[in-house]
Amino acid sequence: MEINIIQNFSYNIRRIILERSYQAHVGHIGSALSVADIIASLYADVLNIDSPDDPSRDRFVLSKGHAALALYAALCLKGWISREILETYGQDNTLLGVHPERDLPGVDFGTGSLGMGMSYATGAALAAQLQKSERRVFVLVSDAECNEGIVWEAAMFASHHKLSNMYMIIDLNSQQALGYTKDVLDLTPLDQKWQAFGWDVHKIDGHNCGEIISVIKDCRNNKKQPHAIIANTKFGKGVSYMENQIKWHYWPMSAVEFHQAMQEIEQ
Amino acid sequence: MRNAFIQSLLKIASQDGRVMLITGDLGYLVVEEFMEKFPDRFLNAGVAEQNLLGLATGLAEAGFIPFVYSITPFITLRPFEFIRNGPVYHNLPVRIVGIGQGVEYGMNGLSHYALEDIGVLRTQPGLTIIAPADDAQAKNAIEQTYHHPGPIYFRLSKEKTTIPELLGNFTLGEAQQIGNGRDFVIVSTGAITTEAVKAAQTLSDWGINGTILVVASLAPAPEKNIVNVLAGVNHVFTLEAHYITGGVGSLVAEIIAENGLPVRLTRFGFTHLLNKTVGSAASICAENGLSGDKLAARIQKVLQNA
Repeated sequence: MEINIIQNFSYNIRRIILERSYQAHVGHIGSALSVADIIASLYADVLNIDSPDDPSRDRFVLSKGHAALALYAALCLKGWISREILETYGQDNTLLGVHPERDLPGVDFGTGSLGMGMSYATGAALAAQLQKSERRVFVLVSDAECNEGIVWEAAMFASHHKLSNMYMIIDLNSQQALGYTKDVLDLTPLDQKWQAFGWDVHKIDGHNCGEIISVIKDCRNNKKQPHAIIANTKFGKGVSYMENQIKWHYWPMSAVEFHQAMQEIEQ
Repeated sequence: MRNAFIQSLLKIASQDGRVMLITGDLGYLVVEEFMEKFPDRFLNAGVAEQNLLGLATGLAEAGFIPFVYSITPFITLRPFEFIRNGPVYHNLPVRIVGIGQGVEYGMNGLSHYALEDIGVLRTQPGLTIIAPADDAQAKNAIEQTYHHPGPIYFRLSKEKTTIPELLGNFTLGEAQQIGNGRDFVIVSTGAITTEAVKAAQTLSDWGINGTILVVASLAPAPEKNIVNVLAGVNHVFTLEAHYITGGVGSLVAEIIAENGLPVRLTRFGFTHLLNKTVGSAASICAENGLSGDKLAARIQKVLQNA
């Protein structure tokens, strides 16, 4: 697919994130913007999903469930949820909460408790292998999510069983709810940790859609290891006053901030 | 009951290719036959119970029926949140198999005892909970329910147990009755029912005749059976290899209160933290007043003072 189409998909994800979080007066904006280009690359190009209930579809697990708004935007842009449904984000009786609910079309696993999605993805990848299916499993985790022990339980399992149909993308934005990861619980050297756990490790720019797509293509040649794609990202990417700012983990936007943000992502 | 479990599992696995067994590195001399017959559907996922439940969720979403196996507290308490957010939340056919009811791992100490698993898991909507009283009932329960669409927790005894009066009967949502005396009722769950049977025999020798209601299907609970058996009875006793909070004693209390039944309740089970000494399961049960003879004496005393 042409790169400008994917970049346009990214732009639309960012636009929807800002519009919906502003309307709903809900936070987690920075985390969603951080993964917008990854989600765009997956949904506009990488994932083989004819329909969200096709058993042979690729699976996608948003293990960092608090970036759900980026996923909802993609599901809407794919046409699997309507604009009207999207507009219920953050309202009473909605299926579009702060974290993805399984009953929403396109959500394979409900998440929200960090680390669990990695474990679900491992089971999903094993299932595909047992069923001799070509389908792949993609799981998007946050860097701070690697604080969770379950991530490493699943990591050991996936590498022991050579789940090469499993692609984990780490959103390495270097910050978490209350601080920078280097100050809270230092993850470095993250690439070496994953290598030591037996994964096929790649370090990329998580805002370069072309690089995201090509690295996933290259991974196909390695049939012996699960793939860890460590994507360097900027928290709040695209909105200057949010970038790398801890406050924007939870903070909602004012009217002035919203209009400035919308102008900035246009550029 | 471990042997009954594996025999049942072999049977259903030979009929249905979706059935898998995943162990958390436990089951020596239990799982081998399954491993040999169905190598593609057997997995030792290592000592990682949280991942066991997460894996099983992923497998079940793709159409498998995974049985995840370990010692009860390891497969229920350690991964509780995974049970909640995985198979329960997604309503998937994961089978959680816990070995050990109460203090059956006697010498191994509190870490291995199952004392609050029913209480914890009974809070989960849609989670079926089955605690068989003997091997034949376990076999029946596993085979009858294996294609149930939602998740099931099997609380299995480590020991071989036979209660001939039960005839291996099991029906989801129903209880099984032993005897029909009206002097007292014991509502019992699990293999400790053998002690209820002994106590009832002793009491019968003393001219006091009661009924034992065996609740293997803790969720869905056999509410109608419990209400019916309590009609016209002044005092009901509950018996479980579990803390008295949260298990069958609490279940009966809820049913009595919600139905406004005029009946007194005494709960037999573990009432305090078991962190002082260890020993055989029989010695710990006797020490806590849960052996057949002690139960008979306790019941007689309560009835005398009524």
